[in-house]
Amino acid sequence: MNLFRLFSRAQSAPAARERLQVLLAHERAASGDSDLITKLRDEILRAISKHMQIADDKVSVRMERGANVSTLAVDIEIPFDAGRKAA
Amino acid sequence: MGKVVVVTSGKGGVGKTTSTAALGAALAQNGEKVVVVDFDVGLRNLDLVMGAERRVVYDLVNVIQGEAKLTQALIRDKRLETLYLLPASQTRDKDNLTAEGVEKVIGALRHVFDWVICDSPAGIERGATLAMRHADVAIVVTNPEVSSVRDSDRIIGLLDSKTLKAENGERMEKHLLLTRYDSLRAERGDMLKVDDVLEILSIPLLGIIPESMDVLRASNVGSPVTLADERSAPALAYFEATRRLRGEDLPVSIPGERRGFFGKFFGRKAA
Repeated sequence: MNLFRLFSRAQSAPAARERLQVLLAHERAASGDSDLITKLRDEILRAISKHMQIADDKVSVRMERGANVSTLAVDIEIPFDAGRKAA
Repeated sequence: MGKVVVVTSGKGGVGKTTSTAALGAALAQNGEKVVVVDFDVGLRNLDLVMGAERRVVYDLVNVIQGEAKLTQALIRDKRLETLYLLPASQTRDKDNLTAEGVEKVIGALRHVFDWVICDSPAGIERGATLAMRHADVAIVVTNPEVSSVRDSDRIIGLLDSKTLKAENGERMEKHLLLTRYDSLRAERGDMLKVDDVLEILSIPLLGIIPESMDVLRASNVGSPVTLADERSAPALAYFEATRRLRGEDLPVSIPGERRGFFGKFFGRKAA
């Protein structure tokens, strides 16, 4: 039974190799483009303001640029009548 | 003028300290004058792996801050008279390492020793970048495992940009040391093979250290693995890597541990 499992099981090393090749290709290319997060923030805010008025003090944008990962948190308080205002 | 080597990896737990101790001892066993320097300020361990933990009086931070002379902080190995250790501080944090201080210490050491081997902390922050800053040669320690390979790729990028050599437009000499390799599992297709890792990272191979319980056994008793059992598979692999580090052109052998009936039973358990 054990022997059977040993031979029937798919090899995992090729998956590791492939995942690494894809990932590292991205990471090597991305290391130069540190402005990506800033661009994302601006575009997200522009997209939202198309549909509703956002009060400046009701928007909180937190950006954390780490060595390995960056995070972007956009927190917007949407008032009850936001939809009507935009329309 | 001696050579400054940094042993680095990005990821923790892949064998930087074990390899620093083993390569340092192997070079000293060849009669070369060696100092191993622990850069892991706050989490020092090289002293423990070398069996010198009870002899630490002063450390790297004391020297940098002018509280002790370099000669006071250096600990001479009890087994090999050309092997020395410069421990890291256990109580301070890595902010106590200054770029100028590190430069001074490394500069002084390379005048006296043939080899200055810097054991880098894990990560890519201050401690790690300072450890690699003055290196002539880098040894990238990698396990045949996805997260370790990814972090090694990151470290290779830093070696090519954040070191003095890189800033001066020179090429940093980099070598791959593949540790915890299990040729049986690689053969079975359940572990990245040597060639896979080499192809992905594309730096030359210094050596392949087999997964072995001899490594744990050596650290248990506070002895570099090349001293604990000179005939063990990892010791032989480290000796081979050392010869390559000294410039010999050797074909790399893939160590396959021979296991007898009992070895199969007990070897697995220990690993």
